[in-house]
Amino acid sequence: MSKLRLGVASIVARAAAAVLRIGGSGGTSAPGKVLLALAPDAIAQRSAALARGCAVISATNGKTTTSTIVAEIMRADGVTLVHNRAGANMAGGIAATLNGQRGDFGLFEVDEFWLPSLVEQLHPRALLLANLFRDQLDRYGELDLIVDRWREVVRSGAGARMVLNADDPLIAGLGADADQPLYFGIEDETVGSTVAQHAAEQACCPVCSAQFSYSRYFIGHLGHYACPNGHVARPTAQITASEIRLRGLSGSSFTLTIGQESFATELAIPGLYNVYNAVAAAALASSLGVSSDKIIAGIAAARPAFGRAETIQVAGRECSIMLIKNPAGTNEVLRTLASDEESHDLLIVLNDQIADGRDISWVWDADFEALAATKRPIICSGSRAVELALRLKYGGVEVERLELYPQLDEALAAALAANGGRLVILPTYTAMLEVRELLVARGVAVESFA
Amino acid sequence: MAERGLRIAALYPEQMNIYADRGNLAVLERRCRWRSIAAEVTAVGLGEKLDPERFNLIYLGGGQDDDQRRCAADLVETKREGLISAAAIGAVVFGVCGGYQLLGRWYELGDQRIDGVGLLDVETVRSDGPRLIGNVAIECHLPGADPSAVLAGFENHGGRTRLLAGATPLGRVLSGHGNDGVSGDEGCRRGNVIGTYLHGPLLPANSWFADWLIATALEDDLVLAELDDQLELGGHRAACRAAGLSGR
Repeated sequence: MSKLRLGVASIVARAAAAVLRIGGSGGTSAPGKVLLALAPDAIAQRSAALARGCAVISATNGKTTTSTIVAEIMRADGVTLVHNRAGANMAGGIAATLNGQRGDFGLFEVDEFWLPSLVEQLHPRALLLANLFRDQLDRYGELDLIVDRWREVVRSGAGARMVLNADDPLIAGLGADADQPLYFGIEDETVGSTVAQHAAEQACCPVCSAQFSYSRYFIGHLGHYACPNGHVARPTAQITASEIRLRGLSGSSFTLTIGQESFATELAIPGLYNVYNAVAAAALASSLGVSSDKIIAGIAAARPAFGRAETIQVAGRECSIMLIKNPAGTNEVLRTLASDEESHDLLIVLNDQIADGRDISWVWDADFEALAATKRPIICSGSRAVELALRLKYGGVEVERLELYPQLDEALAAALAANGGRLVILPTYTAMLEVRELLVARGVAVESFA
Repeated sequence: MAERGLRIAALYPEQMNIYADRGNLAVLERRCRWRSIAAEVTAVGLGEKLDPERFNLIYLGGGQDDDQRRCAADLVETKREGLISAAAIGAVVFGVCGGYQLLGRWYELGDQRIDGVGLLDVETVRSDGPRLIGNVAIECHLPGADPSAVLAGFENHGGRTRLLAGATPLGRVLSGHGNDGVSGDEGCRRGNVIGTYLHGPLLPANSWFADWLIATALEDDLVLAELDDQLELGGHRAACRAAGLSGR
């Protein structure tokens, strides 16, 4: 492909982006698709032109938040970013980002399924693989398939420094195929639990196939594990979080250790899962040579990405939007809510569009039983609102506390009209976009896709 | 006869749980308790024998390929006899997705043939073709149930299952793929032994079928007390709509 042809293609794609903006369709990946149709190697060419290279982040949970934290760190380091911050993480979105932004360093979150082909084209300096959980089985297939695909990516490597989660045996197990991987993890056995959550992955020793035994579970199958026959154990993590203090919805503090140095660190994004995202971001930045003081400053400056524990003032009330999309992530959101001292009004929205997963069975694997102990009404909405209410009923929530408003605008109006403290909205992905659109229309939120 | 009430054996709940199988168990348990019928779920895992006298409902869910392979070997080795005896003395044996496949004769995965327990006369072959994924609704004829009763759920399977001569499907596909995407058959039933690809999970949105399983497991002519099923019926209509059926 000639430079000229890419130039023409990129102008067409930018024009398409402008038309889409005028039309109000808000599409973030459509112009990228136009570009790729005209110039199939546009991603490789644009990426190679980034003066300071790029880094790639993939995971089932936490991609957007982790890259938000990395972006703060890189900004503190004086880098101008090309970053798909709206979360458009397949080929079209990456191409559109590369075509629409100017900067010297690329930061890309990449969809789990698209990782092999995009890594090949992007040639990242570092690749962060943070976790793998069951997610939208109708779309991604079973987890084993993703692990196999990722192993190929690590093997072929393409010169990227691998940054791996020591606490996730599915990820750490890929380290055997990597050259000097950098591991991160949690070193605090006062958080998490000694028993596994329901439907946690059953990770096995690659040598003898015995199920790993755990001294501590942090999230799902993430924890401190070892083969009971002594073949394989969790690798030592070089970048860690310890002395973790979770403060409900207001955030957390922890000690971040980078090699030999330790730092008291504040994080304004709540929940243990976001401590993982922060330490993952620190590890990625460290692998890129960013200094510790910039890393600490970046983490402290990081704020929730849109829809990920984002808090907005609406009608005089605090309203927090916390995306739910799979059992592991939902469990962490519910655990964070339960640890908060306030009681909350809840609006839960279950949609079954392709981006949410057409199969809604996952809500039965999430521990909504945690809501049985709460007192306030729970509003159920979305295209599968009734089945959500059913899930809560069989989870032990009194039927009298369940209010059904399948139409989201009516549900939101009812939730805001209720006389309570903080309103917490738990939407699936497309529902999250709809909730934000309604809040933007009310003039209380800024648009997701600027 | 052992103690009264619904005594459920959940086989391999740690491995065979991929499509939210615990939802099915929760529905069976709660719908008994709401009627003041005792209900107990006991996990029977790898290496454990199955006592056929102890349970009147045996549940087997689906798993990922590796987990399913491990469980299949264990099932044949340690539980086949118990399962066959339990079915012979009237226990309900209910398998969903991978559990359905393992209740059959065998499951062919590439060049490997995994033996099942053979309680159902079906054979399954993993196809190179696309997985059969989507919302699904079937009409089924169960003894004592409404002859046009519908089950609605979600299916996601790479295996194609074929009924052998004389085997009866659980139902006819109204919408979706069913056993193999072409025959129009879904699931298989032989007496109290039932296999199906429908998850969702199946029982929350098909409470009539949950009650049929409970009544069949307890005693054939039992009439269960009615429950307030407003939400359950709403869920059933929503699952039918998702499968493209209207007016139900």
